[in-house]
Amino acid sequence: MSNIPAELKYSKSHEWIKEENGVFTIGLTDYAQSALGDIVFINLPEEADNVKAGESFSDVESVKAVSDVFSPVTGAVTAVNEDLLDNPALVNESPYEAWLIQVSDVSDTEELLDAEGYAAVVAAEEA
Amino acid sequence: MKLLFERSRSGRGSTLLPACDVPAVDFDQSLLRTAPPRLPEISEIDLGRHYTELAKQTHGVNDGFYPLGSCTMKYNPRVNEEAAALPGFTQVHPLQPQETVQGALEVLHRAETLLCEITGMDAMSFQPAAGAHGEYTGLLLIRKYHQSKGDTARTKIIVPDSAHGTNPASATMAGFKVVSVPSNEAGGVDLDALRKAVGPDTAGLMLTNPNTVGLFDTNILEITQIVHDAGGLCYYDGANLNAVMGHVRPGDMGFDCVHLNLHKTFSTPHGGGGPGSGPVGCKAMLEPFLPAPRVKAVDGMYSFDTPQRTMGQVRGFYGNFLVVVKALAYLITLGKEGIPEASAGAVLNANYLMKKLMGHYDMAYHTLCMHEFVMTLQGLARDSGVTAMDVAKRLLDFGIHPPTMYFPLIVHEALMVEPTETESPETLDQAAQAFLDILAEAKADPESLHHAPHHCPIGRPDEVTAARDPILRYGFAE
Repeated sequence: MSNIPAELKYSKSHEWIKEENGVFTIGLTDYAQSALGDIVFINLPEEADNVKAGESFSDVESVKAVSDVFSPVTGAVTAVNEDLLDNPALVNESPYEAWLIQVSDVSDTEELLDAEGYAAVVAAEEA
Repeated sequence: MKLLFERSRSGRGSTLLPACDVPAVDFDQSLLRTAPPRLPEISEIDLGRHYTELAKQTHGVNDGFYPLGSCTMKYNPRVNEEAAALPGFTQVHPLQPQETVQGALEVLHRAETLLCEITGMDAMSFQPAAGAHGEYTGLLLIRKYHQSKGDTARTKIIVPDSAHGTNPASATMAGFKVVSVPSNEAGGVDLDALRKAVGPDTAGLMLTNPNTVGLFDTNILEITQIVHDAGGLCYYDGANLNAVMGHVRPGDMGFDCVHLNLHKTFSTPHGGGGPGSGPVGCKAMLEPFLPAPRVKAVDGMYSFDTPQRTMGQVRGFYGNFLVVVKALAYLITLGKEGIPEASAGAVLNANYLMKKLMGHYDMAYHTLCMHEFVMTLQGLARDSGVTAMDVAKRLLDFGIHPPTMYFPLIVHEALMVEPTETESPETLDQAAQAFLDILAEAKADPESLHHAPHHCPIGRPDEVTAARDPILRYGFAE
């Protein structure tokens, strides 16, 4: 059973979102990293890039496949977790600490799920 | 095992160059190396043994069953190689006078005529070196076409979510933005989603039919109509042509351009044995934009021709010419009866094997398949911990190459099996038995499967380290 912390928000495309004072921190969920398998490369945007809700901002390469990561919000990237460029395995080891990007000036947000709602999405995919 | 560099000893070698019998040329000193390149120096027998040792550690189509889905690892008849080895083909220079290479030009012209008939296209270029290169060239055709009409707003290419990863990659390389459309329950294109995705910014659609889950999309005429009504063009990825050649033509399905993989469908070696060949065919309205040069026939004489508004060259000279020779040998050998028969055999073999495994393994879709089928091992993984990877690795112990794993991405724990028409019922029966034996092992002793294969020269290579920290050049001891 995958780990779904109660205090976070989630997207249907398996990103987690933490909002603090208008700053949205975005990462990949435990289910996502487990489904992807060992991650070997992460392509991240740069600071000051714009991201758009529902559009890809990053791609993640695992031993199985290359997959897009979708932004749950529209806004400007204010920070990028550069540790992941050298050590993408951090996402496998601790998905809820290994955030990908932080976004500010958020003007639009996808419909976000709470932990219970996201657990239902994961259950449906595993069925 | 030792690398060639580790076997190298100074002064050892395989060839003695004759004395120079042409005038020497003085180059500008700045162009010359100051030290010779550090190439391995090895005797011929050591070189032979090195490659034989490598070959023993691999599994090729000559070693056993090779059902690698979507790759069409069919048998490559020896007669093709004989044709391609004829000195008239191997000992020509790409720049020698056209009247002295009429046979080579005829090969290109005849192969173009036959493949245009099979695909329902009007013209074809053999320049692209392989499949993804063909996709890229086809997309440049689409771009040129819209530009020629002064339409610069068409910047998007629609790709279904089941597509080969090369489709979105090629579209991006060609300067387009990719729009993904979801699949419906039956594994085909979701028509409503497609209708919503098209518009004045649609440059085209990329599709393979049968698609990547091995099913023929019966809505194909409606799909291509939706794209055409929106002003876009339709691109056929020939990856799965092996299922339908001689039965149904991409041109009749409404496609405007196609690429073929001669190294899959038309029986030339690939999978490390290449090189490939990815010719691009098109309808007449796209012909003026094809890469140059092309071959034309006038009064029984062949010559090179540059299309009016050509995109230029996408590769040096005429593509991988000897691959075209092999493909033409295959086409002529099979003929008008054999080509559709090959496809029918491929579809029959896939359905035969699928039927034998049904009820034991979960199929991703429960209908007749085309030339390949997709299983999902999600249930097995949940109940026993045995993954698609474990089953694939264990197959090697049975002398079978693993099927394609974890693709298409829309099927979890996928194994995609493509037997091809060249396998006998006995081979298919043995393969089915191997799959069933492995399933029994997964239930009795799942742990042992995590370490399979047990009897191969190589067990489980460390793919993660290889990908995260690749060593791409030899580290000379300084």
